[in-house]
Amino acid sequence: MATKIVMEALSPTMEEGRLVEWKKQEGESVTTGDVLAEVETDKAVMELVARADGVLLKQVIAAGTTVPVADLVGIIGEPGEDIAALLDGAGAKPPTPPEPATTAAAPAPAPMQQAEGSPAPETSAPVSPPMAAPGQRIKASPLARRIATERGLDLAAIRGSGPEGRIVKRDLDRQPAAAPGATAAYPSAGFTDVPLTMIRKAIATRLAQSIGPIPTFYLTTEVEMDRAWEAREALKAVGPEGKVSFNDIILKATALALRQHPACNAWWQGDHIRLWHEVHVGVAVAVEDGLITPVIRHADHKSLREISSETRDLADRARARKLTPEEYTGATFSVSNLGMFDIDQFTAVINPPEGGILAVGSIVEKPVIVAGQVSVGRRMRVTMSCDHRVIDGATGAQFLQTLTLLLENPLAMVW
Amino acid sequence: MQTLTYRDALNQALREEMQRDDRVFLMGEEVAEYDGAYKVSRGLLKEFGPMRVVDTPIAELGFAGVGVGAAMVGLRPVIEMMTFNFALLAIDQIVNSAAKMRYMSGGQVGVPIVFRGPGGAALQLAAQHSQAFESWYAHIPGLKVVMPGTPADAKGLLKSAIRDDDPVVFIEGEMLYNLKGDVPDGDYTIPIGVADIKRAGDDVTLVCHSKTVGVALKAAEQLAEESISAEVIDLRTIRPMDTETVLRSVVKTNRCVVVEEGWPFAGVGAQVVDTVQREAFDHLDAPLLRVTGADVPMPYNKALERAAKADPSQVVAAVKTVLYRE
Repeated sequence: MATKIVMEALSPTMEEGRLVEWKKQEGESVTTGDVLAEVETDKAVMELVARADGVLLKQVIAAGTTVPVADLVGIIGEPGEDIAALLDGAGAKPPTPPEPATTAAAPAPAPMQQAEGSPAPETSAPVSPPMAAPGQRIKASPLARRIATERGLDLAAIRGSGPEGRIVKRDLDRQPAAAPGATAAYPSAGFTDVPLTMIRKAIATRLAQSIGPIPTFYLTTEVEMDRAWEAREALKAVGPEGKVSFNDIILKATALALRQHPACNAWWQGDHIRLWHEVHVGVAVAVEDGLITPVIRHADHKSLREISSETRDLADRARARKLTPEEYTGATFSVSNLGMFDIDQFTAVINPPEGGILAVGSIVEKPVIVAGQVSVGRRMRVTMSCDHRVIDGATGAQFLQTLTLLLENPLAMVW
Repeated sequence: MQTLTYRDALNQALREEMQRDDRVFLMGEEVAEYDGAYKVSRGLLKEFGPMRVVDTPIAELGFAGVGVGAAMVGLRPVIEMMTFNFALLAIDQIVNSAAKMRYMSGGQVGVPIVFRGPGGAALQLAAQHSQAFESWYAHIPGLKVVMPGTPADAKGLLKSAIRDDDPVVFIEGEMLYNLKGDVPDGDYTIPIGVADIKRAGDDVTLVCHSKTVGVALKAAEQLAEESISAEVIDLRTIRPMDTETVLRSVVKTNRCVVVEEGWPFAGVGAQVVDTVQREAFDHLDAPLLRVTGADVPMPYNKALERAAKADPSQVVAAVKTVLYRE
């Protein structure tokens, strides 16, 4: 039976895609997983892969065409198969039910509506059903299994509320999403959701009214970069690998400071604040026509060398528009650096739901007074934009103190 | 738009198709002089005369066979079964002649015939006259099985059935004949094989047909009072079944309850469950459930009869089970 190829949602926010180039021609045979075409999403150029075996019978849209997600772009089937019916339906018919092959791209269904007054299963059951013992088969509905896979949840850790402890969709609706891109190599502690106190709510409402959707304030400080400069020079001694950028050093310091100041490593979630137990730092990268913020996962656990090579790789691929959605989503805090453009100081715009972003200026030589004497020093101005609903002035200032301490004393980073 | 009973909507469809195509004729017990046992053929004898509205003896196998022969040589018979309980006597002609002729003649001889009449239980007609046989006919390759649940669907689908070039078993609801509803003016058809969403919803899919459309809609109303949003899908055609509409709904709701009048074993609902579990497996949050008539010959006793029929309260209970409520 012929299978439709549809424009898939290849990024979380993608609504339409431009088919850049067909990688398979009509009449060419294809196997599941083969790259059929390159598609430009709102974020990157991605690969559209085959979800069925057969022959590419028809390229329904030409290269260069932009179509909405779920629209027909091609058809895979047996040679000579009659596909007129599938083509007739293009556009006019309601979307076909997802064939099993395309479900992976379907967005997770909306959370189930809980009727008002219906007791949550946890409270209605006198005794919570047990979790599956180790080695025991886990009972879960097919939908629950699929959602768990998509969200990276471990079913063994979830209590099922269905018959005989079956894990069903509503049990997953109560689970926080697993950390984006979490890997076994790092302790995955997730996060803590902090309910809003009355004072927090009042601050959030009043300040948002005053200044816009995100009540932002800015904290600027000047950092002495002489030691960081020396450290960077010294690292060159280890060879070509030792060439790191100031930005790499700043990323490392930021990640370590965030670990010490979890209140700054947080998301505004509307009715609560999410304190992340993991540090994922977004790095703003200028690309043609805009910017994108790839994420260094677990940056606080990574060495300067790892951060350096990973940042370079992500930036290169960002400019080539080859990032996958996982690579540019899920940051807990971001850094934007315009130092290379000789900008002394600027304010960066917060990337919600993150609570803050650090704007880094250039390192300049200037006269400084040290112990009553005027001398020449290297100074760098950093400005932190803070979402006041998440971060208060003193909280942000303390974070900057730690950051300054680390940058001014680079050895402290490896201590 | 006009308001018509299901009975009069069928009557209009017959009249319009007989006016439109003089190959169409109606034959069956009491269809002419008596205007039909359920008055579906009211006025047709007067308008079209005894050559086209033909009373038959009480001999279902015989007049079903005459109909098949007429269809084979180019006419378009509509054969009325007073009820489908009596079609048991004609089933050899329906299954062995009408359904298979195109295949066995290598495509040379089609049988454009409609077997129509009421099916299912009415009130206190007891075991032999209270039966839903749609799954029997739907089992047969070569037959289309159509079962409208509203006046508008009845008219549009009967016209499509009469114009179809292959045999169609068109089962009406005996308890639906007095049901009133809006019917579009003029000549319109509803395609065979297309289901209809009778009520949109998000939490559970109710699949039904014919008389159980009303049962499902009533259940959906009761569920709405408890903030449960049910989507009601009227299959309208049992075979070919519009699985696409059902699947699209289940993908949205993740849960499905199939409601039918007939017995549970090998029923229409079993066919729906088969498709949904295979095509939408990863979208299911609960096993599919079925609400059917009780697995017994229909009792004559009024209270027992009521207990043996699928009703809204059973649908509500099934929905709560698949939603893991209570």
